[in-house]
Amino acid sequence: METNFFIYLLVAAGTLYLIRMLPLSLIRKDITNKYIRSFLFYVPYVTLAVMTFPAILHATGSVWSGLAGFMVGVVLAFFDGNLFRVALGSCVAVFVAELLIK
Amino acid sequence: MNNRKWYAKGIKDGIPIALGYFAVSFALGITAREAGITPLQAGCMSAVMLASAGQFAAINVIAAADTLIQMAITTLVINLRYILMSSAMSQKLDKKMSFIHRLILPCFVTDEIFGIATNVEGRLNPFYNYGAATVAVPGWTIGTILGAAVGSILPERVEMALGVALYGMFLAIIIPGARKNKVLAVLVTVSMVLSFLFSELPVVSEISSSMRIIILTVAISAIAAFLKPIDVETEGAHGD
Repeated sequence: METNFFIYLLVAAGTLYLIRMLPLSLIRKDITNKYIRSFLFYVPYVTLAVMTFPAILHATGSVWSGLAGFMVGVVLAFFDGNLFRVALGSCVAVFVAELLIK
Repeated sequence: MNNRKWYAKGIKDGIPIALGYFAVSFALGITAREAGITPLQAGCMSAVMLASAGQFAAINVIAAADTLIQMAITTLVINLRYILMSSAMSQKLDKKMSFIHRLILPCFVTDEIFGIATNVEGRLNPFYNYGAATVAVPGWTIGTILGAAVGSILPERVEMALGVALYGMFLAIIIPGARKNKVLAVLVTVSMVLSFLFSELPVVSEISSSMRIIILTVAISAIAAFLKPIDVETEGAHGD
């Protein structure tokens, strides 16, 4: 079991490292094609948006408290981009919503 | 800014990530514990993988005693989005930067560190990522070890509330960009709506969430790039 675990881990971590390392080390030039540049410029926004919603609705005890966390997060992020305050605000909103629901 | 200043800025921006990681990795540790993985093993796993969904999947593979090939395939599929993130990040690096950074940086490409690196104006100094990793990696690892060691100790409501910390952080990364740039605002909204539909509608909801992320990211970004290709000025104006 002991050896086995670390062999599993080696395979998982090795695969993960290659996925992260190959694009960074192979794409060393600035891409000049404007469509590929645009694609890569949009990727972070799209992927983080897709990852956040609707997953946030299922991260808590109920869809409603998740929605509260989402709404408060969006409003706070709109007026103040500070990561910590937005994250904390979302957590507090979920906590309060959970109290109100039960 | 020199390397030391970037490193310090990375630490500062990495603190909220570390706190969010602590909460999420605690839950990960509990899962590992239930799968019969020791705190030490779980801690090693977190330190070298730094991947939430990827680690949950890896724990499942181990618990099911699947083959090593299944482990490689599962890890590849669940984490495919990092190919996109690393590709995007490659364009923010200085061409003249020493090659060694292209081998060290990938150790710390996580959704969150990638997110804050996206928000850096102009070229990305790798020491910014190293600074963030200096606090985020211990947060992730220690949280996992504690979760695996003690199991559930926090009140359920607190645990639940902490569970949205990382999503809050994602919002803090994408919403300010969307506020300044109408194309990004439309893009973020469309992405969320489609993501929601894909998770609810018949047939497409059968697709696993990690595949959904890849398919939607590639499709939406490609269509946006075709319809609204950016010019250099837009990109420069965005990063503030």
